[in-house]
Amino acid sequence: MNETSLNISIREVTKKYDQFYALKDVSLEIKSGEFMTLLGPSGSGKTTLLMVLAGFTNPDYGSVKFGDEEVILKPPHLRGIGMVFQNYALFPHMTVEQNVGYPQKLRGVSAAETKRSVEEALNTVKLEGLGHRGINELSGGQRQRVALARAIVFKPKILLMDEPLSALDKKLREEMQIELRQLHDTLNMTTVYVTHDQKEALTMSDRITVINHGELMQLGTPNEIYEHPNNHFIADFIGESSLLPVSIRDGKTSLNGEKIVLAEKAEKDGDYLLVVRPEKAFLADKKVKGANYFSGKLIDSIFQGESQLLVVKLNSNDDGQEVRVRVPNESVTQKALPEVGQTVSIGLKVADSYVVS
Amino acid sequence: MTIVEAEKLNQKGLQKVASNERFTFFGLTLPYLIMVTALIVIPVGWLFYLSFIGRDGSFSFENYERMMKSKAYIRIFITTFKISILTTIICAAIGYPLAYFMSQLSRKWANICMIGVLIPFWTSLLVRTYAWLVLLQKKGLLNNMAIEMGLITEPIKIVHNTTGTLIGMVHIMLPFLILPLYANMRSIDKDTLKAASSLGATPTRAFWTVFFPLSLPGLLAGLLIVFVLCLGFYVTPAILGGGRVIMAAMKISSNIELYFSWGAASALGVVLLVVTGIILFIASKLVSMDQLGNR
Repeated sequence: MNETSLNISIREVTKKYDQFYALKDVSLEIKSGEFMTLLGPSGSGKTTLLMVLAGFTNPDYGSVKFGDEEVILKPPHLRGIGMVFQNYALFPHMTVEQNVGYPQKLRGVSAAETKRSVEEALNTVKLEGLGHRGINELSGGQRQRVALARAIVFKPKILLMDEPLSALDKKLREEMQIELRQLHDTLNMTTVYVTHDQKEALTMSDRITVINHGELMQLGTPNEIYEHPNNHFIADFIGESSLLPVSIRDGKTSLNGEKIVLAEKAEKDGDYLLVVRPEKAFLADKKVKGANYFSGKLIDSIFQGESQLLVVKLNSNDDGQEVRVRVPNESVTQKALPEVGQTVSIGLKVADSYVVS
Repeated sequence: MTIVEAEKLNQKGLQKVASNERFTFFGLTLPYLIMVTALIVIPVGWLFYLSFIGRDGSFSFENYERMMKSKAYIRIFITTFKISILTTIICAAIGYPLAYFMSQLSRKWANICMIGVLIPFWTSLLVRTYAWLVLLQKKGLLNNMAIEMGLITEPIKIVHNTTGTLIGMVHIMLPFLILPLYANMRSIDKDTLKAASSLGATPTRAFWTVFFPLSLPGLLAGLLIVFVLCLGFYVTPAILGGGRVIMAAMKISSNIELYFSWGAASALGVVLLVVTGIILFIASKLVSMDQLGNR
């Protein structure tokens, strides 16, 4: 534990509404100074968990510790956290300066020190010189920055963010992702970030916690979550993937009767799903060893700028199982693209072939 | 192209569409414009003219002079303002907490509360005023109950005086305060309060530094409506005041019904109108300044 951040220890946090669990026995250790993202679809419980950390929602039972201190019984204003809300929640009747200085004023900080810290915070979020502006004179991106400055001005040890970028347009959002990440590296406060945008989570996080139906599904680095999803929900939710049903009998794997080779053997026989990431699948002219091949009919070919997305319907599959293949936009590959309607052969390296339950 | 003056594609047609639209909008406001002119501008203008006509039928300021000099008139104005200000303050004291409470409820429960606010609002003014008379009079429900319970021995006088007038007027005016205030409070982003709290504000502090300032436009609108309506109120003070509380509107009525003095009545009406106008003007400055300074 260092002086700028605190670790967060969540144990058995449970919140039940009528018939369903918003959170079910969630236990999670967030390291001091870590950028942790809570990722899940809407209604998964990720925001509820953040609200429990902030103190706005009381769970039915469970424990939340900041450092060694139990905070679950403390009201929000005594928890000393910085928080950024989805719709910024700026005070419309105050100027930028007054907004950012608000937490300092509450803490009885002297006028001179408040002025200095407000300037510092505005510099940090690159809003120097806009202190006298009214909130309604700011663009969405600027409001986001004010909200951020207000949350960090008193140097909280824990920063909570609830989908702070969701209202921004795509380009600005991607810029802000990188900036927030850099800001975190500079300030080094423990950050808990809620989003439903898997790409955002992959871009920004030290570690990601995937939540669904109020339960913790997987916890890991962006790389672990992407490359080794625990189950089909995560494989489907994180990144793009086509999931093909396979069966494993006596340790041998087959897809629609055809034998395929997996990177790692499954522990038990049974029915699984083969994860095919579009960027890992490739068009195969000739078959070489060390890869699995499927043939199918090209039913759609979509130009997406940086790549061409091919939708292939597998021949052997009566259900019309589709596999997507992403071909990078290079002059060579673009020229050799097959026509829609053609039969194509798709390859997937054995090292990239894994199944989920 | 064969045309000499080159017309851009469909330029004329599109201009016609735009002018048709403007015409339609003007047409839609026409009935209202006619009504306002016929029912407000002309009669008020006529009253304005009458207020400058003396008893002998010539142009004179005597109606206004009498108002300035007569103690009775000055007392009436003082009473009118006193009752109006008191009613407004009491309405705010009762209405603000109620509107706040309602704004914190879920939509469903807030709507149920709103019906509670609106049902009296939909009931006839006269019926409600007489109902208060029944409740408050010497041998009324309230006094009888209090005596039976042994709280008092003699019936207390709570009607035919200022108290009774205030009770009735507050009851009638309350919805006018609550409706704009509640609408305003509903529109306040609840996350701003959460934000204040996460930044270290106690609930009381968060209320006074965030919620209250944000509710001011609604409160001001409500206060204004109530105050202006009170200034010209007639029925309730006439019945519950029992002749002891004489407000401007009642004097206007007696000027016409008893003394057939249209000039005096008109002058009183004009003064009320001007005072109301000044108050609205000041209030509009206050609100816009509030918005300029803070937004």
